[in-house]
Formats: sequence, C-alpha cells, structure tokens
Amino acid sequence: MNMSVALPVILPLFFGALSVMFWRSHFAQRSLGVLGTGAMLLATIWLLMETWEHGHVVMEMGSWPAPFGIVLVSDMLAAIMVVLTGIIGFATAIYSLSGIGKMSEKFGYYPLLHLLLAGVNGAFLTGDIFNLYVWFEVMLVASFALLILGGERSQMEGAIKYVTLNLLSSMIFLTAIGLTYGLTGTLNMADIGAKLATVEDTGLVTVIAMLYLVAFGVKAAAFPFFFWLPASYHTPKVAVSALFAGLLTKVGVYALFRVFTLIFNQEVDYTHEILLWVAAGTMLTGVLGAAAHYEFRRILSFHIISQIGYMIMGLALFTPLALVGGVFYIMHHIIVKANLFLISGITFVMKGTHELRQMGGIYRTNPILGVLFLIPALSLAGMPPLSGFFAKFIIIRAGIEAEAYWVVAVALVVGLLTLYSMIKIWAEVFWKAQPEGVEGEIHDVSSGPMIWMWIPVIMLAMMTIAIGLYGEPIYQMALMSAEQLLDPSQYIEAVLGVQE
Amino acid sequence: MLYAILSIFLVAAVAPVVHRLTGRASGWVLGLLPAALFVYFLSFLPAVSSGESIVLVWPWMPGLDIQLSFLVDGLSLLFALLVSGIGFFIVTYAGRYLQAHRDLGRFYVIILAFMGSMLGLVLADNLIALFVFWELTSITSYLLIGYNHEDKDARKYALQGLFVTVGGGLALLAGIIMLAMAGGSWELSEILNNGDVVREHALYLPLLLLILLGAFTKSAQVPFHFWLPRAMAAPTPVSAYLHSATMVKAGVYLLARLNPSLGGTDIWFTTLALFGAVTMFTGVFLAFRSTGVKKVLAYSTVMALGTLTMLIGVGTETALLAAMAFLLAHSLYKGALFMVAGILDHEAGAKDFLQTGGLRSALPVTAAFAILAALSLGGVIPLFGFVAKELMLEAVLDAPGLVGILSLFAVLTAILGVAVAAIVGIRPWFGARADTPKTPQHEAPVAMLAGPAVLASLGLIFGLGPGLADQGLINAAAASVQGAPVDGYLALWHGINLPLAISAFSLVAGGLLYWRWEQARRALAWVDRAAEYGPEKGYFKMMDGLVWISEWQTRVLQNGYLRYYVIVTVAMTAGLVGVTAQLFEVSVGTLHFERLQIHEMAIIAILVASMLFAVLTRSRLGAVAALGSLGFTVALVYVLYSAADVGITQVLVETLTVILLVLVLFRLPGFLNLSSSALRVRDAGIALVTGGMITLLILSTLDARLFPSISQYFIEESEPSGYGRNIVNVVLVDFRALDTLGEIFVLALAAIGVYAMLRFRAEDRR
Repeated sequence: MNMSVALPVILPLFFGALSVMFWRSHFAQRSLGVLGTGAMLLATIWLLMETWEHGHVVMEMGSWPAPFGIVLVSDMLAAIMVVLTGIIGFATAIYSLSGIGKMSEKFGYYPLLHLLLAGVNGAFLTGDIFNLYVWFEVMLVASFALLILGGERSQMEGAIKYVTLNLLSSMIFLTAIGLTYGLTGTLNMADIGAKLATVEDTGLVTVIAMLYLVAFGVKAAAFPFFFWLPASYHTPKVAVSALFAGLLTKVGVYALFRVFTLIFNQEVDYTHEILLWVAAGTMLTGVLGAAAHYEFRRILSFHIISQIGYMIMGLALFTPLALVGGVFYIMHHIIVKANLFLISGITFVMKGTHELRQMGGIYRTNPILGVLFLIPALSLAGMPPLSGFFAKFIIIRAGIEAEAYWVVAVALVVGLLTLYSMIKIWAEVFWKAQPEGVEGEIHDVSSGPMIWMWIPVIMLAMMTIAIGLYGEPIYQMALMSAEQLLDPSQYIEAVLGVQE
Repeated sequence: MLYAILSIFLVAAVAPVVHRLTGRASGWVLGLLPAALFVYFLSFLPAVSSGESIVLVWPWMPGLDIQLSFLVDGLSLLFALLVSGIGFFIVTYAGRYLQAHRDLGRFYVIILAFMGSMLGLVLADNLIALFVFWELTSITSYLLIGYNHEDKDARKYALQGLFVTVGGGLALLAGIIMLAMAGGSWELSEILNNGDVVREHALYLPLLLLILLGAFTKSAQVPFHFWLPRAMAAPTPVSAYLHSATMVKAGVYLLARLNPSLGGTDIWFTTLALFGAVTMFTGVFLAFRSTGVKKVLAYSTVMALGTLTMLIGVGTETALLAAMAFLLAHSLYKGALFMVAGILDHEAGAKDFLQTGGLRSALPVTAAFAILAALSLGGVIPLFGFVAKELMLEAVLDAPGLVGILSLFAVLTAILGVAVAAIVGIRPWFGARADTPKTPQHEAPVAMLAGPAVLASLGLIFGLGPGLADQGLINAAAASVQGAPVDGYLALWHGINLPLAISAFSLVAGGLLYWRWEQARRALAWVDRAAEYGPEKGYFKMMDGLVWISEWQTRVLQNGYLRYYVIVTVAMTAGLVGVTAQLFEVSVGTLHFERLQIHEMAIIAILVASMLFAVLTRSRLGAVAALGSLGFTVALVYVLYSAADVGITQVLVETLTVILLVLVLFRLPGFLNLSSSALRVRDAGIALVTGGMITLLILSTLDARLFPSISQYFIEESEPSGYGRNIVNVVLVDFRALDTLGEIFVLALAAIGVYAMLRFRAEDRR
C-alpha cells in the first residue's frame, strides 16, 4: 500500500474542508491556502519520485480489488501532471495573498481553490473512467464558482457559456462511458484497455472513440470545440485566470493522451489522423484569434488554444519522439502560461486596464518586470534557449521524421505568429511610452502589500530558464512517460497484475 | 571556449552595475572583455593556420543529441576574430557616443548578449547549438534596433527585422533537422565530411531550399533586402556592428560553412550565383541613389552580402578565396565608415550627405580615415578592397557557368561601387563648407576615433602586404569553405589582365557618375514609384492581411452566440459518429418490437407525448410541466427494470426541479419567439439526427456486448464482504465510495458558488 498516490487528492480535499470551517477568518484562510498548496506540492514531488523509481504506483480504494473497486494510478505522465498542479497551485496561492482581494476571500476563494486542485489531481490520478467523470464534475463546479467570484456582469456572461458547453461535454462523456460499459462490462481503464485489445471488430469501438474525442476535445479547448475558453478566461480575477490557464485545459489534453494511448489504439491510422487535423486547426485558429485582439488576457487566452494544438500534435503523430514532445510541451506550457497571466495581473495593478492601447511605459519605469515578461513570452514563442524552444523543437523534429510535412509547416508558421503576438504585447505595454490622456501608474507594485505577486512570477520565470539550460532531466521524464504510453501493457499489468 | 562565451553573457548581466560604478569610463572597462576574447582567439591562430581544426564538446541535452560543441577552424576563427575585435571598438565607441543616453547600462547588456550570441553562432559545431545562437542574434538585434523604443518607427522596423529573420529562422530549423537526418549527425564536423551522402539524399532539395531561405533572410538577399536599411533605426554603433562583422554576415557564414556538404550541385550554383548577383547590383544601385549617410552605407552592405553569396555559389577556389578576402575587407571598411557616420552625426548633426561638405578642415583625422576606408570600398589600389575586388572579378570571369550574366552584374556593380565610394569619401569632406545642423567644435574623442583609425589602417596594411592576411587566416578560412586545402594566394599585383582593365574602367566611369550624381539621382526618381510595388510593400500587405484574416476568422468562429457554439459542438459529434460508423460499416442494432408489452408501449407513448408537448407549447409553465412528466416517466422505467433506488432518486430530483423552475418562471419576462421557422426546422433537424444517431449507437452496443459485466461481482460480494444487502447502497458507499465522496464535494462547491453569486455583488456595493 503506497499512500503517495492518494495524498495529492486527499490533502486538497482536507484543506478545502478545513478552510470552509474557518469561513470567517481571513488569516486562517490565507495561511491554510499557502500551507495546503505547499503540502500538496511536497506530496506531488514525493509521488513523482516514487513513480520515477517504480514506473507505476497503484492504490486500490477501500482495498476492493481492480477492476471492481476504484483504483488510483500514477504513471509518469500522471505524476508529471500532478507535480505541475502542485507548482501552479502553490504559485497561485502565494500570488493570491496580494492579488485576490478581501471580498473574494470572504466568499470562499480559498476553499474553492483547494477543491479545484483536488478535482484536477483526482482526474490525473484516477484509473477509473467513471471516477474521472466525477472529478470532472468537481472541477467544473469549482471552476464555475471561481469564475463568477466578483459578481461582474461580464463574468456571468462568460460563465454561462462556460458551463453550458462544459455540461454538454459532460453529457457526451457520460454517454460514452455508458456505451463503453455496455461494450466491456467494466469501468476500470486498464481493464477496458485490456479487453478492447482483444476485440477484432473495431468499428464500434472507433465510433465510441469519437464521443471521447469530442468530450475531451471540449475540455481541452481544441478546434472546433474551444468557444467557451475565449468567452470566459478574460473575465475572472487574474489569479483565477492563471490557475485555469495553467491547469484546466490540460486536464482535457491529459484525458486525450490517456484514452488515445491506453484504450483507443486499434485504428490509429484513422483516429490519430483526425487528431492531427484537430491539432492543426487548433494551432491555427488560436493564434489567429490572438492576432486579432488587443486585450492582454484575451491574447493570452487564444494562445492557450493554439498551444493545445501542439500538444495534440504530439499525441496525433504517435511516435515515441512525438509523445515526448507532447509531454515536454505540456510541462513547459503550464509553467509559462500561468506566469504570463500572473504578469498581466501585475500590469493591471499598475495601469488599471488590460487594454494594450491604453498601457505603456513599463519598460521605462520597471525594467525588471520587462525582463520577467520577456522570459515566458519568448519561451511561449519557442525562442531558444528557453523551455519553449526545446518543446517546439522536439515536436517539429518528430513531425519531420514522421514525414507529416504539412502539419510541421503549420506548426512553424504558428510559432512565428505567436512571436508576433508576444512582441505586440511587449511593444505596446512595455516599450511604448504611456499614451497621453490615459492615467499612468495607478499603484506602486514594487513594495508593500503587492510584494507577494512578484514571488511566483520570479519563481516560474526561473523554472522556464532552468528547463532551457538544463533540460535533460525533463527530457528523461518525458521520455519515460512516452515509453509507458506507447506500451499500455505496462499500465495494465500494474493495475490488474500479470495476465495470461 | 564555453567559458569564453558564457563570460560574455555573465558580464552582460552585470553590465548596468559596472556602468554605474565606472561612469564615463564604462566603455573602456567593458571593452576589456571583447579585447581579452580577441587575444584568446588569437591563441588559436597558429594551429588553425597550419590547417588544424579543433572541436570542443560540452554536453547539454544528450538525449536529444544537443550539445554545446564548438568547431574552431579557419572560417569560424576568422569570424570570431572579427566579432570580438570589432566588438571591442564598438563597445568603447558606444561608451562615448551614447554617453548622455539614460539607457546606456541596458544598451551594454544587449550589445554584449548580442556579441556572445554571434560568437556562439560562428563557433558552434552542433546544429542545434548553432540554431539557438542564430535565434538569439535575431532577438538581441530586435532589442538593439528598437533601442529608441519610444519612437514608433523604431518599434515598427525592429519588428520588421525580427519577423523577416525569425521567419527565415523557422525555415532554417526545419532545414537543419532534415540536414541532420540526411547527414546522419547533428555535428557539423561530421556532416561536412559526409557531403556526398547529403547531396544524394532524397531530402537534399527541400533541405537546401529551407536552409537557403534562412540564410537569405538573415543576410538580406533580394527580395528580403528591405529590412536591412530599415534597421538603421538603431543607434549608429549598433549599425556599425550589425553591418560590419555580425548579424547580416550570419547568413553568409552559414552558406560558407555548409558549402562542403551542400555545395557543388547545379542548383546550389545557380541559386546562389543568381540571387547573389541580383542582390549585389540592387544594393549598389539603391546605395547610389540614396542620400542618407547610413542609408547609403546600408545599401552598400546589401551589395557586399550579394557579392559574398555569389562568390560562394561560384565555388571555385579563386571564388572562395575572393569571398574570404572580400569578407575581411568589407568588415574593416564598413565598420570604419559606420563609425565615421556616427561621428558626422555626433559632431556635425549631419545625417544626410546633402547636408555635408567641406568638413575636412573641421574634422581632419576623421576625414583622413574615412577617405582611406572609402578607397577600400571603391576597390582602389593599394587598399585591401582592391585585392579582394580583383580576385572577385577574376573568379566571376572564370565561373563554371553564367559567365555572361555574372560578369555584366559584376562590372556594373564595380562602376556604381566606385561612385558610392566617391559619395562617401569625397562629398562630406571636400568642396564648399555646407551648413551642418551643428558646427563641429572639435575632433571626435579618442574612443570614437580609435575604431575608424585602426580598421581603416588595417585595410591599407593588408593591401600592401596581402601575405599577412592570407597566410594568417584567409587561406585557412577558404580551405574550410572548400573543404580541402587551398593553393591560391592573395596578391596586390596580378599583372596587366582583364580584371585590372575592368577596375581601371570602373574607376573612370564611377568617377563620371559621381560628377553627375545630382542629375543621375533625378533621372532615377522613378525608382521610388517602382518601390511602391517592391517587396517591402509586400511585407506590409502581408501583415495587414494577417490582421484582416485573423479578425475575419475570429468574427466568424468566436461570434459570441452561445446557441451557435452548441450547434457546432453537437453537429460535430453527430458528424464524427456518423462518418466513422459509415466508414467502418458498423452494423445497426436491431429492435425487437414483437417482445414489446402493452405497459411498455404506454410508457413510450407518454414519453413521446410529453416530449412533443414540451417542444411545441407556447407556454412556459406547460413546457415545465411536460418536462416533469417526462422525468417521472423515466423514473417509471427505472422501477420497471427493478432499480427502485434510482427510481426514487429520479422522482425526488424531478419534483424539486419542477418546483424550482416554477418559482423562477414568475420572475421571467414574457415568452418571446426569437427564431424564425427556418431556424427552428434546422435546429430540430440537428437534434433529431443527433438523438437518432446516439440511439442507434446504443442499440449497436447492446447487440455487441462483448464481455460479462463486473456487476456480477457486486451482487456476489455485497453481503459477505460489504455487509449490506442493498447492493446499490453498498456500491455507493463502499465499492465506489470515492465517487460518492467526489459528489459530496460537488454539492458543497455548488453551495459555496450559489452563496457567492447571490451575496457578492450585494455586499460589494455596500
């Protein structure tokens, strides 16, 4: 019995419940916020180490044997994802000390934060397809509540679109689970994978795979299911945006990686070809959407979509190197994307707006922030020697080796357009002089109560550089997860034991 | 070697501190670093000029074959010496030129980082390391070009340079990945010995084109030449550096570097020679008809880059020797001349040749070295530029093909080149004293004169003693480019031959053109109108088009209407399911109507009737009631199939839902029908198709049922292991307790959310 796989789920549930009990104490809520996410980060690192050593860590809930009870499973991909959740959760909690405001704290921001993280970790670690649905629900409701925290009209409008489309996805997901259960008589993902591997008539299985594709495609904000994301991500508090940007869509991507390696690997030529088209469409529409906008967070939101495309491209190419690239990309992206949102929060405090046209002059007044922006921004655009370059390089190389030239061309052009958007922000917000007639610096952010906002930004920027300068360990982790994903029998054996 | 390059980045990081500590002397202090590096690189000279090449390796990401490996041979050492040597003069020069500028500290950071990137680029042996430094030069030069960042044009043209070079860089990335695949290695030192394999590989043509795209954009070959003169938005020391030894030469460096493995084919020769020749002529032609000091110099750089590309394309031994000599000559005089341009601006405020004249007496030292450098630019004996030009003409006349075209371009370029040299070397210094915006009070300071003086003098020294240059390094460099030792040598005097005659002729013709400069410019005014359709126009059109397309597609896709998003999602689902089922010929499940019993038919009838009523009614209350009846009927189905617990839950949920809905109904405005009938028919169609599709899918699944269900286990184990006879309960609270735990938290979350939604705004207003 190895508790390491359960802690990343249990700890945030526990701290979530605990901070509900201290509903009225700001101090307790804030302390529990940092403490809880910090503890969770440590737990996830422990799990990563365990997984690195053993390959898979499995725990049967209530000691009911698989495939009958629910199992929690950590393979390298899942372990990487929960560590990233730990990092982003911790960073957000620290940032929130300055950035979230008393009112949000009063209305349950911290409990929601903990429970959202529990949902995310649960989704990463569960080995049961219906249990995955339950964690999706937890995430959905928690994120909805976080989304409307603040009570602005625009938040409501965004949240309604968010919830409607995500519920639609849940419904399709549930239908798919029902059909899967009907076909295989089991809910354990390893069991489903093992059983479907023996099926000869793969037609019906592939049809059901399409339902999963849509359901997780919506969650991942892939083309053409991404509408909810640009409709909502620019509306909530910045800390919430950052958390969502880092984690939520990646749960969808993770789910795609999981089911399209473990379960639906029968008709790869067909299913993964569709995924490749989805990837290309996602990359393109996202980056074009960003080019069309002049609002800091809207630009960043559209770039999330575009980069989901790169990750899906890694899955779709379905070679070892491509999956390495996909996983590497996820790691890089989560850190960089959350950081960019956090930075947009600092500039918002400085200028009181997210509109690029009304901002300016920050490089003059605050060059350090300029550098802190350039690091993730250039990394996002795939500029060396930052993390994004290696992520992009691996995927491009895998694409060329797989002779998928057209999608490589798309990926390269999208990279250039990403740079265009990032440079647009840089030129407008940092380089340009503060435009006339618009109020200048509203708040001093370099001292006093705003100081907490800087710590996670610096922390994440250092990680971006570190991955670039010393990426070998990251590469090795991605390599191990790719090898596991391409050989589902390892996962199946870890969960069900050796089968004859 | 690694430490040499890292040291630059480290010093760059602390440059603002150094600047604050040392104040006025900061240029000299920071200049020590490139000077030290120059000496360090010189220590490789004996080994390299005797034909050795040295490879140094540090691992970086070994799993991906990425290492920080460096290759020191003639070519890379020549470049490294130029980068660090000229770099020294640039840093000291900038220390004075930008003395009053408030951002000088930041300037040092970027220029040193740029220098480090450039050194890394020319010394890298690993293809990825090379690419990393390649992109770094693009980024740092972006920051340098946009140094005066509050100026709109500076930002615009910095972006232009970045976009063109990074765009080419992406092509290059794809190209070098293919090159590594074709050559079987990521190390240049190995690929270069594998030329035959690469040239015969199936990917040769695509990889060549991609790499050329990268090199041509970086080195401003036609039609990408437009970004380079625009990059003059940068402060003058930056222009001097970018043009003389660095940035723009990177593309040429790459071509020279890869010549042993990619060169020697027809396509290589034709493409490089033609693009080079056209660029060469375009550059000198545009230089001749410009009047801005920096603009003339910038276009003459385009000319030089074209010449180098052409010579590498021609690829004979003479041509490669000429290329290396020309490279050195150009770096020396162009560095000197740009620094002179800065002095003109700094001391006399003059940015245009038309504003200048007769400054010889006010700035005698500057004038002397400017004239010396200009003579080298014009290829006048006995300067080093002359040696290079003679060799260039010789190489062109002996080219393996296209002799006619290339010679024509070369002669025209030589003539116009002399005229341009005259503009630079005569116009500001002789003739009547012009009214410059500022009257020069004194000669430029030593820090600013050192560069022009040394570089221009070197042009003379190498001219008089070309053996110094060729035995030192030029031969070794040409040998690296050729991939084999070189027998040729440089000489000032080749005897009376055709190249000499052309040189003499071009001197006379060029002089005449300079004499008639005004008239010639006026006669060429049409070029401005033609430029309206030039490649730069294309660039701006492309950028506008990009914005237009993005706005259009975003308007169409992200149009703000939730109903449209839902339709797309649902229709995509149905489409994917339907098409896949068709393709894989999934058999449709069968219905067994004969087994249908009377009470089941009744339930179906109620279901259908409630559904139709809910859809068709015009009353909200009616619709809610119909939905309720639908729900209760479903509960009945559960009960019928002996799932009593689920049935009870369904009844409770339905009741609550209906009550809540009715409560809300009274607060809603009146019922409106906003959709036209056509839209309603469309929506009904989508709904029917999707619903039908899912129904068929369920039927197929029921028919297929491949494996026994795990529920048998629950039935058997419920009482003995779970201690409960109600199996559903045991499943909920024991077998699958984690699900239930999750759902409990869902409810708690929903409660928090609703509370916040109701109270947040109210309290916030208070």
